[in-house]
Amino acid sequence: MPDDLFRLTVTEAEGALSAGDISSVDLTGSVLDRIDAVDASTGAFLLVTAEAALEQAREADARRSRGDAGPLLGIPLAIKDVLCTDGVATTCASRILEGFVPPYDATVVARLKAAGAVLVGKTNMDEFAMGSSNENSGYHPVRNPWDLSRVPGGSSGGSAAAVAADECLAALGSDTGGSVRQPAALCGCVGLKPTYGRVSRYGLVAFASSLDQVGPLTKSVRDAAVLLSAISGHDSRDATSLPEPVPDYAAALDGSVEGLRIGVAPEYFAEGIDAGVASAVRNAIELLEANGAEIREIALPHTEYALPVYYVIAPSEASANLARYNGVKYGLSDPQAVDVDEMMATVRARGFGAEVKRRIMLGTFALSSGYYDAYYLRAQKVRTLIKQDFDAAFESVDVIAAPTSPTTAFELGGRTADPLAMYRADVLTLPASLAGLAAISVPCGFVDGLPVGLQLMAPPLQEARLLRAADAYERLRPAAPAPRQAVEA
Amino acid sequence: MTIDPGYRVVIGLETHVQLKTASKMFCRTSAAYASAPPNTLVCPICLGMPGVLPVINAAAVDLTIMTGLALHSEIPPHAKFDRKNYAYPDLMKWYQISQYDLPLCVGGWLEINADGETRRIDITRVHLEEDTAKLTHVVGDDGQPASLIDVNRSGVPLMEIVSEPDITSAAEAMAYGLKLRNILRWLGVSTANMQDGALRIDANVSVWPSGAEVGNAKVEVKNMNSFRALGQALDYEIERQIALYERGERLVQETRGWDEAAARTVPQRTKEYAHDYRYFPEPDLPPLSITRERVQGLAARMPELPDAVRQRLVGELGVAATDADELIEDRDLTAYTLDVIERHGGPAAEVVTWVLQDVRRLLNARELDVADIPIDAASMARLLGLRAKGDLSTTMAGTVLEEMFATGKSPEEIVAARGRQISDTDALVEIAREVMAANPQAVADYHAGKDRAIQFLMGQVMRRTRGQANPGKVTELLRVELGGNGGA
Repeated sequence: MPDDLFRLTVTEAEGALSAGDISSVDLTGSVLDRIDAVDASTGAFLLVTAEAALEQAREADARRSRGDAGPLLGIPLAIKDVLCTDGVATTCASRILEGFVPPYDATVVARLKAAGAVLVGKTNMDEFAMGSSNENSGYHPVRNPWDLSRVPGGSSGGSAAAVAADECLAALGSDTGGSVRQPAALCGCVGLKPTYGRVSRYGLVAFASSLDQVGPLTKSVRDAAVLLSAISGHDSRDATSLPEPVPDYAAALDGSVEGLRIGVAPEYFAEGIDAGVASAVRNAIELLEANGAEIREIALPHTEYALPVYYVIAPSEASANLARYNGVKYGLSDPQAVDVDEMMATVRARGFGAEVKRRIMLGTFALSSGYYDAYYLRAQKVRTLIKQDFDAAFESVDVIAAPTSPTTAFELGGRTADPLAMYRADVLTLPASLAGLAAISVPCGFVDGLPVGLQLMAPPLQEARLLRAADAYERLRPAAPAPRQAVEA
Repeated sequence: MTIDPGYRVVIGLETHVQLKTASKMFCRTSAAYASAPPNTLVCPICLGMPGVLPVINAAAVDLTIMTGLALHSEIPPHAKFDRKNYAYPDLMKWYQISQYDLPLCVGGWLEINADGETRRIDITRVHLEEDTAKLTHVVGDDGQPASLIDVNRSGVPLMEIVSEPDITSAAEAMAYGLKLRNILRWLGVSTANMQDGALRIDANVSVWPSGAEVGNAKVEVKNMNSFRALGQALDYEIERQIALYERGERLVQETRGWDEAAARTVPQRTKEYAHDYRYFPEPDLPPLSITRERVQGLAARMPELPDAVRQRLVGELGVAATDADELIEDRDLTAYTLDVIERHGGPAAEVVTWVLQDVRRLLNARELDVADIPIDAASMARLLGLRAKGDLSTTMAGTVLEEMFATGKSPEEIVAARGRQISDTDALVEIAREVMAANPQAVADYHAGKDRAIQFLMGQVMRRTRGQANPGKVTELLRVELGGNGGA
């Protein structure tokens, strides 16, 4: 038995488990050892639940010995700490939720558990999923496994780094404006944001309710398909979850792009996009064309408004969603306060980080009497225009290809002094979020030793088409020698 | 209270009604919190825990639409929920899910009778929201003031009925509240008990000098937990505001609470930042589409409303207006009465009198609800039929009714055992003569002009017949047999 089981993909590990070559206990042990070895460098985890994981692994092995099977049975996964886990601390990387142990599982967590997955721990993130570099964690930053002086992206930076550094076979993240896709691109893994409503949000601690969506971060597109099938589907506890049946997404991966109409919009290759990134993405698109895809230029004229629209809508919703953290019922409290008003004020002053406070204030302002029409209402109208851009484009193309992030991973601390520069990290992922599309980031090469992500977008509920295209690209992608990860040094 | 004609009173009412649903507004936890120990009917959703989501209770939407239909509101095809943001410890999420610009019911009116006049009070809207937790302020073990919180009430479906500022007196406000409560109870949407907080009426009151333009300032008066308190608080507030003008002061916009013990309104500490609720559409709940079919289905499910029943009782069935008003106070008793009227076929007015007097007295004496009435409408109708036929006198019927209540026996069974009324002239004459022969003094008294003596003789006849003699007939026969009295 090889000693680097932790390097396996979900699909490979499932093969070895069902062949009886390895046990889940072996696999989980290997992953836990890997976490021990590298997590001090990456900081990907906020909490490792080693004992519970081994117990779940034993249970999975027992189930398998009774004849049970399943694509996730006995597979070690990591969960972004924005998802509630029954009996396991859930902090959203915020000090204000320190000590909070939910008495319930998020629906996606319950579904993974039911599928027999092994949960190894909770991954680091930007506080309340607000950030693009993971530097807004209330605990400690995450470092990019490819270059420890650089950020992993955010807000699902811990999940992306954990997958990239093989600290789990796959992970769940959440994507509000790019929080799965952008760190996936920066860490060189696959990150999928499903259609809004495809995956239940119950138990996902809310940042911006009309945008939040849980998605997988994986080592391969096939793995993303496997995880998506496991977590998708209607949930009576989420009124915004969609009723459409869930197909076997992995079964749709036939490797073909023959006749696939791929839209390319100049707005996604405009000023501010790193030349190396643009070139890597163009090469990927050409490779698809060379293998039978048809490339069509499309126009998405309202793309430039996505950033301001997002930074009105998301903070507005966040200002209400984060109002409940006041020290009355759970998390940080202040027993010394003279009265309830003082307690609530102190708890929020101490418990929230600077970026969270900034967004609460932005949202509170945007919703205020006299400003609502000019900001929130206007932003909703422009959001509709952005969606209409996509509706029109998808009349002539099947998927849209673009870079995921304008740049590769940047230096830790490089943008912390300039919030607007930080916000621009999401400029290419925000439109698909605002339009509620399905979108994925797939690794498409390296620039100066740092990974680049190809973003593909598809109409709502067209995950099968999206995954087929991404998987086909992954198969066509030249097996160029990858640079050595910093964590291996 | 007579209002100084030099002033004009403008009152609008905001009525909060807890709906009678099995579960809360946005979760599956029981809404029946009235008798539950504190903080036992709670779940992550109504506690506002991280990551949880609301799901709309369709039954609460139905009850709100039914109320709207009863108030002649329009039910628009589209409605939505919004977040109303304010920071207060009784509000678990620090926002309340309510309805802002697209409520379930729009417009409408309620007809009231006050001070001998019938008026329509316009309804602005009826919307649905969630109740808050309950705070109780106490003195803690350390002697310091403390606040206790009971989350059981958090998330209970709450319907708000907003009236236009059409009300001009405390009497009208009370008439509006009573009429509304009656409709809510008829519809079965709420217990509408004020003392339990299932019905809460807040008033916006402003008084303006006649002739002057009506301004924006108004005083919100809260904390009235009975109709009596509502009337007193409004009378007090109207007088207070008039006194302000008389002193040359201006009306200040504020919230005041009714202090029952002191019998006055006092300024209240208001919710912080209450001036800007920052409403925005609730992103966790897709907008509601209310189909015509749903509204029609609910309309079909609705009972005949009290106004219509009253009109039928008075207009078609000849029931006295005061009796009809009294009867429609109670939906179940009205339904019972209508059932008896239909089965009986005799004069409805008589049935109503029997129900309002005898049946209700027996119910009250046994502390029974109408639902637990031990005699069904058919038996009641047959009893009244026996009386109409002359088989029973009014008094006998009353006695039989009492026995029916006590034993559950049918009227026929009881009459068979007790015997029917004796109206046979020959039999009665014979008894009358016997009684006269046995009581010569009374006969002499009668002839001496003491008319009361006939009552004594009558009593004797009743005794001999065990109360079964037809009293009218006996009186008539006695007068004939006695042959006129001395006074005649």
